[in-house]
Amino acid sequence: MKTHQSNSPITVGLFVTCLADLMRPQVAFAAVSLLEHAQCEVRVPRGQSCCGQPALNSGDRANSIEIAKQVITEFSDVDYVVVPSGSCADTLKNKYPNLFSKDMRWARRAQKFADKTWELTKFLYEKVELKEIDAALDGVYTYHDSCTGLRELSIYEQPRELLKQVKGLRLKELKDSNVCCGFGGLFSLKYSNISTHLVSDKCTEICNSDADMVLGGDLGCLLNIAGRLRRDNKKARVFHIAEVLAGMTDGPAIGDPEESQ
Amino acid sequence: MSEISSIQRVEFQDRVRTALNDVNLQRAMAKAKSGFVDKRLEAKNALPEFDQIRDAARDIKDHVLSNLDTYLELYEEKVIENGGYVHWARDAEEACSIIAEICKASGARTVTKGKSMVSEEMYLNPALEAVGMEVVETDLGEYIVQLAGEAPSHIIAPAVHKTREQITDLFHEHHSPLGYTDRVTQREALVNEARSVLRERFVSADVGITGANFLVAETGANVIVTNEGNGDLTSSLPKVHIVTAGIEKVIPSLEDLSVLLRVLARSATGQEFSAYTSIYSGPRRPEDGEGPEAYHVVLLDNGRSGMLGSDYQSMLRCIRCGACLNHCPVYGAIGGHAYGWIYPGPMGSVLTPLLNGFDSAVDLPNACTLNGRCKEVCPVRIPLSDLLLKHRTEQHERKLTSATSRWILTAWAWLVRRPRFYQAVMSIPLWIMNRVSRGSGGLRWIPFGRGWTNTRDFPAPSRKSFLRQWYSQEKGHE
Repeated sequence: MKTHQSNSPITVGLFVTCLADLMRPQVAFAAVSLLEHAQCEVRVPRGQSCCGQPALNSGDRANSIEIAKQVITEFSDVDYVVVPSGSCADTLKNKYPNLFSKDMRWARRAQKFADKTWELTKFLYEKVELKEIDAALDGVYTYHDSCTGLRELSIYEQPRELLKQVKGLRLKELKDSNVCCGFGGLFSLKYSNISTHLVSDKCTEICNSDADMVLGGDLGCLLNIAGRLRRDNKKARVFHIAEVLAGMTDGPAIGDPEESQ
Repeated sequence: MSEISSIQRVEFQDRVRTALNDVNLQRAMAKAKSGFVDKRLEAKNALPEFDQIRDAARDIKDHVLSNLDTYLELYEEKVIENGGYVHWARDAEEACSIIAEICKASGARTVTKGKSMVSEEMYLNPALEAVGMEVVETDLGEYIVQLAGEAPSHIIAPAVHKTREQITDLFHEHHSPLGYTDRVTQREALVNEARSVLRERFVSADVGITGANFLVAETGANVIVTNEGNGDLTSSLPKVHIVTAGIEKVIPSLEDLSVLLRVLARSATGQEFSAYTSIYSGPRRPEDGEGPEAYHVVLLDNGRSGMLGSDYQSMLRCIRCGACLNHCPVYGAIGGHAYGWIYPGPMGSVLTPLLNGFDSAVDLPNACTLNGRCKEVCPVRIPLSDLLLKHRTEQHERKLTSATSRWILTAWAWLVRRPRFYQAVMSIPLWIMNRVSRGSGGLRWIPFGRGWTNTRDFPAPSRKSFLRQWYSQEKGHE
């Protein structure tokens, strides 16, 4: 297990999220690096996969409950659970406790688990007050505020404040940055034409902003946006905020070919 | 059941496709989009205590819903005291026949109508036309959709889906025979022409039918809020005034009214107050110079009482401001008609299955990204996106979703709950997809993912998952 030497390090369990795990491991490596930089002892429990949102948002409570129990158990011995995604963090923090309305013992455990769960940028900015971020990236970025993080966890200024510490980076706000990109998990497949309409609007605004890159805190949205930008041969690069904060932007951006750099 | 839902799904998807390809609709919606949103935000920011007033508005409605029988009885008592009549309708059909009877009994031929969503809900116009009445909508938007033979597509802006050019064509077609032969294209000229046509209708109408934004229990009054003044002419010129309202519209007092009015117009149009806020409390009294000779209120249940005490009770707080529609990205993309019934957008997607049956609109609660903007702007704090999720749970439990999708979910959940096996299984497609796409950065086709890849690349996944990389590194360290 990777550890960080400190007098009394706080232990953080990283909930990787299935999208970072499979699609963009660098996001998780970046999260580990940032947490360690903030003097946390990072643990990555092996018994994790997905937070269960596809089941939860499809109304499948029974399976959601089983998945929630497993996640809660797997992270029982860390001080904090940190998640590099607003929507997955919301599931762990706000949705799990509601699943156990008929089971007091699990309701208590779920609430305890919820209380120690944080979205990554919120944790870095509010909890450990991360300073002296050692990253540089020259260019203009715009930020997409993913809906669940914004509305359920009040994540708005945290990513912008953290990004101020990255040398060379300038913010150009996105018009309608708080409007949904059309991802919505399975929605993007079930109602793909509505989803496409929304992501097209989003990409139009991104192009209108003239920013070199789009950053965000949720891979689902970023994959959707990057997929649409690439299909339209638009040049804005797409990164998860953790990659930028950790200085891991030398490789290809989301949706870019590996050989490009 | 799954057969019903698959037919519905095709119908819904067809309507969505039509809407997305409708050039006029897309132009009209693009134009309307930011106006409502920006104006509401401006109005909200100009009133620092807006959020506290929202809390108070929510509390008033919650209090009423917990004591609905008491307030409805009190309201009825007061209406009767004022010389009016109250009629109770269990469902749409009963409401229509009550209203048709009143019209027939008063010897009416022409009926004018103020905007009333509840009358749309009960399909009142065709019911009245069936008994020989001529029905004229007097709200400009409603008048436009009536001329077009359509239903409203927005609960406060019925013709928001129409471009000005389309309205010009409609007016030219329908008003030419009345002597308005010039083709008018400017906004003001269109309004004036409609006003002039409608003026004659107001004067000749025998019965006026309006909705009600609120029913005030302590005085027995109905309150309507408009920007055109048509509601007033509809209420006071004909000799019979009929008010139609859902039973949830009652509020205790005028004091409460002042709270609710402060959030209504701001949320709806971004106005501090609507141009006209009118309070009617019965037929003409001897000392009154004008007003109807008879005053009837038709209170509609139509499924509402079934929502009391249920998980969906908070939906009965709705004051029909339309803010959730204006802020819904899906509504903005597809417009109101695609929803299939008269209540569109988030409030409609919650309400339609509750009023028409859970199996009547399976798509609506699912055709939502759960972005939560509706919940954020609701003036009475209805947790709309949570209620949509609640509907999905209800559908899953009632097996209204397809057997295939339930089976896939179960198989997926089985795998997710066995993380090591999951990691091993996922490594195979991951490796293949990475091999195929890493050179280009994305896939243009993935199995079962055409919905995505028809219009978007699927970004190249990693060669090896994070967890497998992490644990192989760890082994290396050991």
